[in-house]
Amino acid sequence: MPAFPAAAREAVHDDTLRANLRHATHTIRDKRARAVTELADWDRLREAGRAVKDHTIRHLDHYLLRLEEAVTAAGGTVHWAADAAEANRIVTGLVLATGEREVVKVKSMATQEIGLNEALEAAGIAAYETDLAELIVQLGDDRPSHILVPAIHRNRGEIRDIFRTRMGDWGRPAPEDLDDTPAALAEAARLHLREKFLRAKVAVSGANFMVAETGTMVVLESEGNGRMCLTLPETLISVVGIEKVIPTFRDLEIFLQTLPRSSTAERMNPYTTMWTGLGPSKGADGDGPSAFHLVLLDNGRTDTLADEVGRQALRCIRCSACLNVCPVYERAGGHAYGSVYPGPIGAILSPQLRGTASEIDATLPYASTLCGACYEVCPVAIDIPEVLVHLRERVVQGGPVTREGLRVRIRPAAGHTAERAAMRAARLLLDHPGALRRAERVLARTRRFRPHRLPGAAGRAWTETRDLPPVPAESFRDWWTRERGGTR
Amino acid sequence: MRVALFVTCVNDALYPATGIAAVRLLERLGVEVDFPPGQSCCGQPQYNTGYRYETEPLVRRTAGAFAGYPYVVTPSGSCAAMIREHYPRIGAKAAAEGRGTDLARLAENLVPRVYELTEFLVDVLGVTDVGAYFPHTVTYHPSCHGLRGLGLGDRPRRLLAAVKGLELVELPGAEECCGFGGTFAVKNPDVSAAMAADKLRNAGATGAAVLCGADNSCLAHLDGTLRRQGAPLRTLHLAEILAATEAEPLL
Repeated sequence: MPAFPAAAREAVHDDTLRANLRHATHTIRDKRARAVTELADWDRLREAGRAVKDHTIRHLDHYLLRLEEAVTAAGGTVHWAADAAEANRIVTGLVLATGEREVVKVKSMATQEIGLNEALEAAGIAAYETDLAELIVQLGDDRPSHILVPAIHRNRGEIRDIFRTRMGDWGRPAPEDLDDTPAALAEAARLHLREKFLRAKVAVSGANFMVAETGTMVVLESEGNGRMCLTLPETLISVVGIEKVIPTFRDLEIFLQTLPRSSTAERMNPYTTMWTGLGPSKGADGDGPSAFHLVLLDNGRTDTLADEVGRQALRCIRCSACLNVCPVYERAGGHAYGSVYPGPIGAILSPQLRGTASEIDATLPYASTLCGACYEVCPVAIDIPEVLVHLRERVVQGGPVTREGLRVRIRPAAGHTAERAAMRAARLLLDHPGALRRAERVLARTRRFRPHRLPGAAGRAWTETRDLPPVPAESFRDWWTRERGGTR
Repeated sequence: MRVALFVTCVNDALYPATGIAAVRLLERLGVEVDFPPGQSCCGQPQYNTGYRYETEPLVRRTAGAFAGYPYVVTPSGSCAAMIREHYPRIGAKAAAEGRGTDLARLAENLVPRVYELTEFLVDVLGVTDVGAYFPHTVTYHPSCHGLRGLGLGDRPRRLLAAVKGLELVELPGAEECCGFGGTFAVKNPDVSAAMAADKLRNAGATGAAVLCGADNSCLAHLDGTLRRQGAPLRTLHLAEILAATEAEPLL
């Protein structure tokens, strides 16, 4: 992946993409603001959500064991995956063991994070995405660019074209005369997907929450495709990040209010599905799968948990409110973040889950103006700007981090030598007001020779589109001395 | 009442008119203003770029320069937010890393005495009409650190609305960042420029003659873009508008 600034440059100059993103993010951010102001106790709900999540991740070992016990007692099987490769191996093995060669999928960030579809494909298993937006992305050989609206970068015309040309390759083709009205597009997807649901014997999902107390898996969605996947197939395999556990069923009362309002600006999402393993009335005779496997995924999460400042990113409930208000996301688009987690939360989550060694991960903490809009809307009060600055420190200063459970000291990322020298020089100047004053005078005396464009990468970056501020004849410091006769 | 003016390094070197305006305004309101010469930069550029160790001496310097003053007033929401939000964090981290506890103590002592200019005017002096005169159409861009970092709310707009002759027009999308973001402007120049262009399009659409802000770093970024475009709109710091009177008009 290229560094963020380079990836963002392309998006900024793609007018269609910018128009699509601008329209979508502004619509949803305005609706969210209205949905949130309807609740008089929003601040308290936010604080309660933060507290529950913090408490759970502080005692994660306890709640995960509790969850395993509850899931097992309800007839499920729990698998533990330390990383993406292990998770993929487990899921692939479970699918192959059923004798099936195709699975239907519920939209899931965790399975995207580990690249499950690619792993299944390599094992000869076809994975069909059933979320409408994920379907658009899959049919278009594209990548998702938003947590909640993966095809946010596409407009209706583009979607119609993708359906017309690609649907037939994956199953039932789109109608010949398909137009770009939402109803027609949804109907085409519905007919295409229904065949998949009725045929599939295995489903793969993620989960929004896992309740430790009861072993209940909770999936929130808008379209009902997830419920079809959870209900019709015989085997259900769910890949869930370990931070998704919450202690009790009652804790859901908080998140079932804050998540829909933050993500889709709805008071309540249309479908909330809760499965508790395999009850005695289920299995062969009733609704729901007769086999349930829960794959608990670490993949960098316990390392993140070891970081006192950065661990708050694990509170994230993937609502994507931060993406929709972020002025940088709005212009750079989701693909520039080089991860399934784009936007402000991605900028703090990816460099923690993956480390800051790669170029993209070292530039992500800088993909923000620190304007604070993301923190303001976050329903679990993740102070994203604070974590961004913390990760910037890690990039330029290095320092202790936890990697695969071991405490190691990382060195500063490459490419900051000139910047570090400039920061040190600036500090020497700024920490010596006498020297600063002399520098200001030199600047003032040479003001007539001031260039309009600056040399060097940083200078060019400023003067590409902006003029430099005019240098005044006299600094404030000198004015004060002249007017007030020096110090008092 | 005696206050120390924290003029900030950007105002000192590039926008002295803002500092001078703050002095004239405060003195007109009966405040005794001092400029402690030991002051320098608050350390925000270093800190926000990740150079926390380079920031520590500046925290110490700033705290030292303003020791003993009951009020420290600054015409920059961003520098005030840096002190209020981040000095305690820098102090706590230094202590946790075993580099002494004095930074935390210095921060703790300084933080409650620091006020952004509009906060000081409205909350401490209790004024919204400062006796200013500015017969122009003005739109106000609330910089992010003032808006969300300090929670300045409508204080700046109340002060502007009370200025004689001034017509205040609302800026569409006012709460959106202008794209400056310190080193963001040079690290991500394309996104930064796109954000400035959108901000200026909104400001231009208001028909205002002046785009007012309370942070010269954001204004430098917007003004630089305007100058390059050759646009008629001009930027002005809020302090300069509030300092203008009928006897001493600004424009």
